[in-house]
Amino acid sequence: MNRLACFQNDFTNALYGDAADFKPAHQAAFAIYRNTAMRACLDALEANYPAVVCLVGREWFRAAAAIHVTESPPRDPRLTTYGDDFAGFLGAFPPASELPYLADVARLDRLWTEGFVAADADVLDASMIASLGPDALGALRLHRHPAARTFASSLPAVSIWQASRNGMAVSADLVWRAEFAIVTRIDHEVSVTPVDAAAWRLFQASTEGASLADAALSTLETHPDTRIDLLLASLLQAGAFAT
Amino acid sequence: MSPAAGIGFKPQHFDAAMSGTSDALWLEVHPENYMVDGGPRLAMLDALAGRFPLSLHGVSLSLAAAALPNAAQLQRLRRLIDRVDPVLVSEHMAWSSWAGRYVPDLLPFPRTHEALAQLVRNVVHAQERLGRRISLENPSHYLVLEGHEWSETDFLGELVRRSGCGLLLDVNNVYVSTHNLGEDPLVYLDTFPLHAVTEIHLAGHAPDDTGTALLIDSHDAPVADPVWSLYRHVLSRAGVRPTLIERDGDVPSFTTLLAERERAHALLNSEGLTA
Repeated sequence: MNRLACFQNDFTNALYGDAADFKPAHQAAFAIYRNTAMRACLDALEANYPAVVCLVGREWFRAAAAIHVTESPPRDPRLTTYGDDFAGFLGAFPPASELPYLADVARLDRLWTEGFVAADADVLDASMIASLGPDALGALRLHRHPAARTFASSLPAVSIWQASRNGMAVSADLVWRAEFAIVTRIDHEVSVTPVDAAAWRLFQASTEGASLADAALSTLETHPDTRIDLLLASLLQAGAFAT
Repeated sequence: MSPAAGIGFKPQHFDAAMSGTSDALWLEVHPENYMVDGGPRLAMLDALAGRFPLSLHGVSLSLAAAALPNAAQLQRLRRLIDRVDPVLVSEHMAWSSWAGRYVPDLLPFPRTHEALAQLVRNVVHAQERLGRRISLENPSHYLVLEGHEWSETDFLGELVRRSGCGLLLDVNNVYVSTHNLGEDPLVYLDTFPLHAVTEIHLAGHAPDDTGTALLIDSHDAPVADPVWSLYRHVLSRAGVRPTLIERDGDVPSFTTLLAERERAHALLNSEGLTA
């Protein structure tokens, strides 16, 4: 290894803690690099997980995030999407165990970011399929919009996320039950739309390659009382499908 | 491009920038913030590109690393260049990626013959992949490193000669670095290869709050008076060059930034008239 490579190895190792043998790291100025790099990582996580910040407070968030940064430093210069495994970290982080919904809220923050930066595509409009006859409609294969994501939680994480993302306290009449949502983007606005389990199932099935008829049948198997036409209308209105 | 003054763009200033009427305003962005597949960010960049001359100022190519710049990152930058047709493309004389890790900072290195050869290789490679000349910015220094075989200004001059790149002269970095290393900013500027300067940066700095006597290139304050003096000195020696006001922290209103930009713009105009 050449001298420049050795220097860069030593410098990077010293930034992440092992500074004993690297003389420049003994200067007080070395802390400036350590602080700047850490601050940039924490700022990125704070920007990418605003609902989590609201729930735990900025100080707790940055202390926890610093541990995550040390364990999972960035590997990609695009910090606008840094922290893809932060939800997993929070789920296994003992001090967060009193907030069992925290990892799911982080997951929804992450899906919001994914929706925000996803590729552009025209949204499939209800009027575009209104003209189809029953056979053509049944045979239709729908395509997930590049920004659309599904979210499911065994806890009311959607309600908690919605309040927190808006900087508000979670409503006192929160019902402790499973919640589902779809993340979509219309006209460059990301939306998180709470849906019921049946709509969530229909969206999953119809974007896994099944025809609309098959997706409807599989949805009815688990949700026999549901109105497929209403579910489809709500998904179309949210912008879940691309043309 | 015309040697006007520009502003480092912040998304919160989008509406104000689009509705403004400033003479010859241009904007600079960090391309990393727009390396996305689609969505509102890219749409915002497209709108800016339709209205203003844009400069892409990268922070992540890690050109001073002991390895070629990341191919995927170069490709993303190339796509943005093709998309917005920038008037300037610049990067830093620093490294930030090594052994699969990205350190979000601009890191120093000993200016050896070996480092120069590697930097030249990396810059030539980047210019080939990007299909255009780029300019490199002089760094801010905090550490005293051993093993330099070149002065920084000679190193930059040789880099320009061998790679054909341009230079981005950050006057605040000169002030901060010479302060931190106990050097004379005028000596630095008088040996700087000014002929290669395609752009000048002006920004604010702050004292280190951890108890050292160092200045930090913090970009969170207005341009300081001594930096304005050095800027006038540069203009008198180099002539007018496109000049950017950078602000990344404690960001004021667009109007406030515009007023700072007008100060640089007026200096450029008066220097242009007397040249």
